[in-house]
Amino acid sequence: MLKKRIIPCLDVKNGRVVKGINFVDLKDAGDPVEQAKIYSDGGADEICFLDITASNENRDTIYDVVERTSKKCFVPLTVGGGVRSIEDISRLLNCGADKVSINTAAVQNSAVVIESSKKFGSQCIVIAIDAKLNGDKWEVFTHGGRNNTNIDAIEFAKKMEDSGAGELLVTSMDRDGTQVGYDINLMSKISSKVNIPLIASGGVGNLDHLVDGIKLGKASAVLAASIFHFGKHSVQEAKEYLDSKGIPVRI
Amino acid sequence: MNVTIVDYNSGNISSVINSFKEVAKDKVNIEVTSDLNKIRSSDKVVLPGQGSFKSCVDALNSINGLVDTLNEFVINHKKPLLGICVGLQMFADIGYEESETKGLGWISGKVSKIDNQQGKYKLPHIGWNEIDIVKKSQIYKDIKNKSHMYFVHSYEFIPEDKSVISATTGYSSKIVCSAEKENLFGVQYHPEKSDKVGLKIIGNFINL
Repeated sequence: MLKKRIIPCLDVKNGRVVKGINFVDLKDAGDPVEQAKIYSDGGADEICFLDITASNENRDTIYDVVERTSKKCFVPLTVGGGVRSIEDISRLLNCGADKVSINTAAVQNSAVVIESSKKFGSQCIVIAIDAKLNGDKWEVFTHGGRNNTNIDAIEFAKKMEDSGAGELLVTSMDRDGTQVGYDINLMSKISSKVNIPLIASGGVGNLDHLVDGIKLGKASAVLAASIFHFGKHSVQEAKEYLDSKGIPVRI
Repeated sequence: MNVTIVDYNSGNISSVINSFKEVAKDKVNIEVTSDLNKIRSSDKVVLPGQGSFKSCVDALNSINGLVDTLNEFVINHKKPLLGICVGLQMFADIGYEESETKGLGWISGKVSKIDNQQGKYKLPHIGWNEIDIVKKSQIYKDIKNKSHMYFVHSYEFIPEDKSVISATTGYSSKIVCSAEKENLFGVQYHPEKSDKVGLKIIGNFINL
């Protein structure tokens, strides 16, 4: 039986790990390579790096981080943040990333998704959707959550599947950093609409939230940052908890 | 000993390279090349493969003499070759991804899309799944049955002769996750991304 995945996410800025609360108030917490190694040794099913480096002159730091991590961690590595072009994707993959996640560029130009999934295979193209509830629909945000596109998130998810995406990484902007749990409605609505795996993100504060993301949100994988990052729970603890709730995990 | 990873522009092979180098340390020389002479003189060959069946076959064919050299290595000299993911799938006679494409024909069979039972199962089959070892194999030396391996694929290899299957995994149906015929070894999962167990399988291949 295919196991549900637990994916710790590390926000990386200028080559260092940070994690924001609602995308602000960043706390520095160490070297991404060492962190990733701790996670993979602890049973993480995948590692995700989100590069939030703002300035162009420091953009190259992520390539070095990816290259060093891929020589130490032998589980899948997904890298996102600032991925705009086929060249960006190619460079990240060559440095040792297994998948790249694309956010703003996918919204602005779906040709990037079509072309990259053809060129590199759907298996390495993850589309990151940042969504926020507005009235009775979820809208897609870009540029790290700053710009509202007014695009319907559920329709956009379907369009990305049709364009060749291999997975969707769905983040609830309303929940991100709040630690009150995933937006279950958003996750389950998208997951029911598409036939590709959904990774739930945004809002995890305790282990029951991971269970809810899978059971109620119908996610194939759950992504979390702060509950692992500040040592509140280990990945192993999370897996044992999921197992105790009848969710199939790799232990 | 020389182990050659065939670099034929089939997508991202850096993880394969990193994992083989990690396992080989300084004891075994790992070459990454499409140089035909180097392939001929190596002791073992690794054939990775990412993307579609068609794109991988096209990429192999676009390097003059590569398919002939691999045929010679595998069929005439009977030296060990490990196919990974689409590298395994290309052992088949034919594949149906993108368009009908002729494979290497090393193990009779076809490569078809996994039946997702009208959307009941998500595709690609992505993530960690347990393998059921159904045949004694040197690559599974000291590997526990039901070990978890990392998979990413939407197509599956269906060999004609079921006795070549060395392990399967359960998804929408029983999927072939490794095949073996004499000196030919193929795995559908990614040992290079399957943590310690995956590295152990790579080690078993290197130590054949």
